[in-house]
Amino acid sequence: MKKTVRHLLLALLATFPTAQAAGPTAQALAFTCAGCHGTDGSSVGPSSPSIAGMDPDVFVDAMLDYKNERRSSTIMKRIALGYTDEQIREMGFFFYRQPLRVKPQQTDPEMVALGKSLHDSYCEKCHEEGGRPGDAGTLAGQWMPYLEHAMSDYLNDQRRWPRKMERKVKEVVKAEGERAIPALIQYYGSQN
Amino acid sequence: MNRINRRDFLRLAGGSALAAGTFGFPGLLLANTRKVVVVGGGVGGCTAAKYLRKLDPTLDVTLVEPKTHYTSCFMSNEVLSGDRSIESITFSYADLKDRYGVNVITDSAVGIDPIAKEVRTADGARLAYDACVVSPGVDFKWETIEGYDAQVAETIPHAWFAGPQTVTLRNQLLAMPDGGSVVIVAPPNPYKCPPGPYERASQIAMYCKHHKPKSKILILDPKAKFSKAGLFKQGWAQHYGFETDNSMIEWVGAEQGGKVSAVDPASGTVKAEGGDFHGDVINIIPAQKAGKIAHDADLVENDWCPVDKRTFESTRHPGIYVLGDASSASKMPKSAYAANSQAKVAVAAILARFAGQEPGEPTYVNTCYSIIAEEHGISVAAVYRLSEDGKVIDSIDGSGGLSPMDASAEHRKREVTYAHSWFRNVIDDMMQ
Repeated sequence: MKKTVRHLLLALLATFPTAQAAGPTAQALAFTCAGCHGTDGSSVGPSSPSIAGMDPDVFVDAMLDYKNERRSSTIMKRIALGYTDEQIREMGFFFYRQPLRVKPQQTDPEMVALGKSLHDSYCEKCHEEGGRPGDAGTLAGQWMPYLEHAMSDYLNDQRRWPRKMERKVKEVVKAEGERAIPALIQYYGSQN
Repeated sequence: MNRINRRDFLRLAGGSALAAGTFGFPGLLLANTRKVVVVGGGVGGCTAAKYLRKLDPTLDVTLVEPKTHYTSCFMSNEVLSGDRSIESITFSYADLKDRYGVNVITDSAVGIDPIAKEVRTADGARLAYDACVVSPGVDFKWETIEGYDAQVAETIPHAWFAGPQTVTLRNQLLAMPDGGSVVIVAPPNPYKCPPGPYERASQIAMYCKHHKPKSKILILDPKAKFSKAGLFKQGWAQHYGFETDNSMIEWVGAEQGGKVSAVDPASGTVKAEGGDFHGDVINIIPAQKAGKIAHDADLVENDWCPVDKRTFESTRHPGIYVLGDASSASKMPKSAYAANSQAKVAVAAILARFAGQEPGEPTYVNTCYSIIAEEHGISVAAVYRLSEDGKVIDSIDGSGGLSPMDASAEHRKREVTYAHSWFRNVIDDMMQ
């Protein structure tokens, strides 16, 4: 219930154009991301993630973590350091308003089926509706090489685990072995 | 934990009231459709055309470009290594026409009349405009290397415009015997794609390492230093024996006599300050200046087009916006990402002008990847703002910069996948 209320509030917020403060508009700032993350944040892959429709809190946390070196990256730290915290919030709202356009990815049906059952048992509680955009990030339709990078970073202590996630991931790997994570990634990549 | 709070709500709600007051009456009420003519179908021109129509579908936007297809210079070095085909970097303008409603005219602009506000084409068309975007890319200063011209370039390619010459250079590498020598003549600053010649050497080395391991690649350079030099040299040492007795790549900079003054096509010899060098395959990238139409339209001072860096409007002729490699956009480099970013700044300025408003505060980004080996990518990035006096596009303190030296193998490998993402998304953002 709490989530639904929050979602409605965000949806309402998103219908308003951003207040015009001094400096570049949110749109102008966000347009500069397109060369890697796609027009309006829908990436055409293969590995830079889509950020369209992203929950603004997830966007802001990611950017601030890059900026403050709490999350490893190849290039995003260098980019994030170019923006004020306020600009990052404005960009977060901009991308939240954009519809996520998903491109089909090639997946293995058996792995997808396994991934779906694992998702339902271990992940769905936080990553609702099969990992659709929400306050636990965007998994459904996300580019699979990016999800591989993300999981590798979690498992190699290059990225902070969100609450409960470490326990759940370790449980699913224990139960299903090494194919658990590839299967989950295939399931997310299969959705469009 | 919840970072979207009541303050945000009030601030945004206030913003909407303000916006409704300002934008309550859309431009649809204007009697005449505003016309924008875009000259040049590269990254700057295509991005401008797409975003003009995306942001204001009432505009009449015409793109004038002589070629029927766009072949990207970015990733064209991967054609030289054999990692990808020329077809994989060749794209149609169909989406700009069909999805975005841009009038695409296959023709060359031959003149611009800034008073009558008209673009003239080779086929004799006269295209009236309210705003004109000029994004012609670069042209060569052939005269800087004796013996080199457009004719000679058919056999000693520059391959600095991707297309047939890229294929010629690739075929010459295929025909070269093992143990052959490749000479790359790098250009003086400023030129488009600053790391390009060095990525090219890397990609040729990548091919030779697997197929012609006794071959050598010599870079003759009129400069004393070059873009991403530390990272390139580290990558070359890692993959191609750089600075060992058995180095596949050798770099001869200005201080070692790398400046080239002439080429003798008959003997395949390049004349540099440090001596004469023979190449089984020679690639000459000449010094550069703004593309021809920029000169013909009187938009040039000292080889490049001066612009108001807030809007990219020419300081020589109002109403004409010059983007990309042809513009003097210091301190942004002449790169695809820069042209894409500049196009969006210019589009915002043109739309503001049509709406009778002052241009907004610009923001710009550059990101550029180079691929040194199969799993070894490096990058440079910058986030920019306009300086207080409006004269310089300055990198924001503390942001941007190069990939770290001594990064992990995983880091280098990921940068290759992000380079490929960069390529696909730039193409998509400009024309799909």
